[in-house]
Amino acid sequence: MRHIISILIENEAGALSRVAGLFSARGYNIESLTVAPTDDVTLSRMTLVTRGSDDVIEQIVKQLNKLIDVVKLTDLADVVHVERELMLIKVQTEPSSRAEIKRMADIFRGKVIDVTSNSYMIEMTGSSEKLDAFVAAISTHNIIEIVRTGATGLPRGAGSLIPG
Amino acid sequence: MELSGGQIVVQCLKDEGVELLFGYPGGAVLHLYDAIFQQDDVQHILVRHEQAATHAADAYARATGKPGVVLVTSGPGATNAVTGIATAYMDSIPLVVISGQVPSAVIGSDAFQEVDMVGITRPCVKHNFLVKNVADIAETMKKAFHVATTGRPGPVVVDIPKDITDPNVKVPYVYPETVNMRSYEPPREGDQRQVQKAVDLLLSAKRPMIYSGGGVVLGEASDELRAFSRQLGYPVTSTLMGLGAFPATDSQFIGMLGMHGTYESNMGMHESDVIIAIGARFDDRVTGKLTEFCPYAKIIHIDIDPASIAKTVKVDVPIVGEVGIVLKQLSAEINASSSRIDTEALAAWWDQIKEWQSVNCLEYDRESALIKPQYAVEQLYKVTAGNAFITSDVGQHQMYAAQFYPFDEPRRWINSGGLGTMGFGLPAAIGVKLAHPDADVACITGEASIQMCIQELSTAQQYQTPVKIINLNNRYMGMVRQWQEFSYQGRYSHSYLEALPDFVKLAEAYGHVGMRIEKPEDVTPALEEAFAMKDRTVFLDIITDQKENVYPMIEAGKGHHDMRLRVAPGTPIDRELA
Repeated sequence: MRHIISILIENEAGALSRVAGLFSARGYNIESLTVAPTDDVTLSRMTLVTRGSDDVIEQIVKQLNKLIDVVKLTDLADVVHVERELMLIKVQTEPSSRAEIKRMADIFRGKVIDVTSNSYMIEMTGSSEKLDAFVAAISTHNIIEIVRTGATGLPRGAGSLIPG
Repeated sequence: MELSGGQIVVQCLKDEGVELLFGYPGGAVLHLYDAIFQQDDVQHILVRHEQAATHAADAYARATGKPGVVLVTSGPGATNAVTGIATAYMDSIPLVVISGQVPSAVIGSDAFQEVDMVGITRPCVKHNFLVKNVADIAETMKKAFHVATTGRPGPVVVDIPKDITDPNVKVPYVYPETVNMRSYEPPREGDQRQVQKAVDLLLSAKRPMIYSGGGVVLGEASDELRAFSRQLGYPVTSTLMGLGAFPATDSQFIGMLGMHGTYESNMGMHESDVIIAIGARFDDRVTGKLTEFCPYAKIIHIDIDPASIAKTVKVDVPIVGEVGIVLKQLSAEINASSSRIDTEALAAWWDQIKEWQSVNCLEYDRESALIKPQYAVEQLYKVTAGNAFITSDVGQHQMYAAQFYPFDEPRRWINSGGLGTMGFGLPAAIGVKLAHPDADVACITGEASIQMCIQELSTAQQYQTPVKIINLNNRYMGMVRQWQEFSYQGRYSHSYLEALPDFVKLAEAYGHVGMRIEKPEDVTPALEEAFAMKDRTVFLDIITDQKENVYPMIEAGKGHHDMRLRVAPGTPIDRELA
């Protein structure tokens, strides 16, 4: 099953490699990983998407908690949450297909953010599933390249992982 | 007080109460060594290879409960230390390893003797630090000792670039009294509801087993384990790492469990209905085939590390906490409980265990004209009255030591259990002897293992650490040979050691006493003579039976009840086998 693990970690050099190293050393799979500092500059927030049986996820959570730099973490799959991912997708356009691609982007609430005579770059956010759906929907056109941030998310409600 | 970085490191060690520092100098730590030269409080032990520094410091920690401290230079000094760091990591030994690093300005430029020590050690340390400012040294050192020694202990590396220890840059020094780490808070008490559940289960048991591990030794919970076990009267077995936490000569102790554990312990585990694992981690050498592990048992597991729980074996009652505290909670709860031990069932269980014990699974050929390694260890036990600190290397001799030298006290048995590091024994013995100068210290080793750190005979001479080296010399990597006999139809691929040195002359060349013992009747007198030489390191090269194997053995992929015994239960020992 897919799990989104949201980690609050000390914003120190090497913290990311501790997490990445743990996954490779123990043979866990990382589907995506995003990390950036938070409003508190001493803390980074990391969102990691992984798949595994309940036993494996339990070990992943415990092993992550064991890292000295990890302050707190939560498995978003356990709670009601909001999930978003950002995608930039560059599509080759023909005079005959430009209108259709633009329409398709509109349907998915994407924005065209760069235009040339024969390409569009479309910006889109949403759940990873929605982005997958858009990619599938325009796959009849020539996709030049795609970049995705991987999922991030927060639990719904007023609560917070940040201690104190 | 204004101090340079080098002086601060040394002052931190003093403020931590460090007495011994094991190390080897080099370019990146010259400032540090200069600071060491100008003081007398911290004694530096110069080893002959950085691996030995880590093993000696590790064994010092195992024998005393205090953290071991190591100082190595950058590059090869640091990488040489890695095996010892990994050894300490696998056995959860508190170690602080200070490594020099190239100057900050050239980090990342492939400078001379540069290696990414923080990166290299990341998977085999509890934590590591790269110090980037002189002003950060004291706090980092405080954190390093705190992390290494609390919770589940482990090695911590502090990597310090050369410019940070520059004698010309001085900053005010204050050693912090407390550590503030929001991300690190080891557990202490166990959850009382879980303790209650555990007690209910323990008191309902018909065929209980107490399975004790290295966590009891590390957690200084030997007294609590003894009190708890005696309160219940249940059979006690131990992992390799836990030996000594419960007295091995006590009738309640039924021997080590696992791959080379006793028949009674392994059968007991297999047939048990309630097992309490105390500071043990269900290592693969203990469990054998997981799907056949303890098929009838409900399992209680006490561990300070939540990640140890349910890692390989599902447990029914997990209790996260310090073993000593949790055992006290359990003892109190047993006293308060209205339930009582089923004494009738327990008596029947002990009868069953005694029947298994009558198999005499450790018996060997005592009439042999060749020296049996088991015999040599038994005689060592007698000559030292069971009071010695025993270090070992890795292989058959390690198992013979564990089987034939019953430890009645914790911290006496010092071996690399998790990583299985050959070369551990001799530097470990030196570390133990420095910690306990008045105690008998013996290194049980083999002719293969001893050669992996033999250069430390020189360190033993320099610091006058009179240890006794019991070299069980069968001219083979014995455990490799045994597996090749059992699983590869006797194709002894590269396990025979040709061109062995003359160990007697080698010992003498290093300034020690060497003895070669070839007959069983000479073993005891030689040991007596060796231990009578209180101020000499003695190398006893004991020529043993080449074909002897370690029994019992649970071969790879088999369950606890599926042991390979020397002889089938009930038959007298067959002389022809020997």
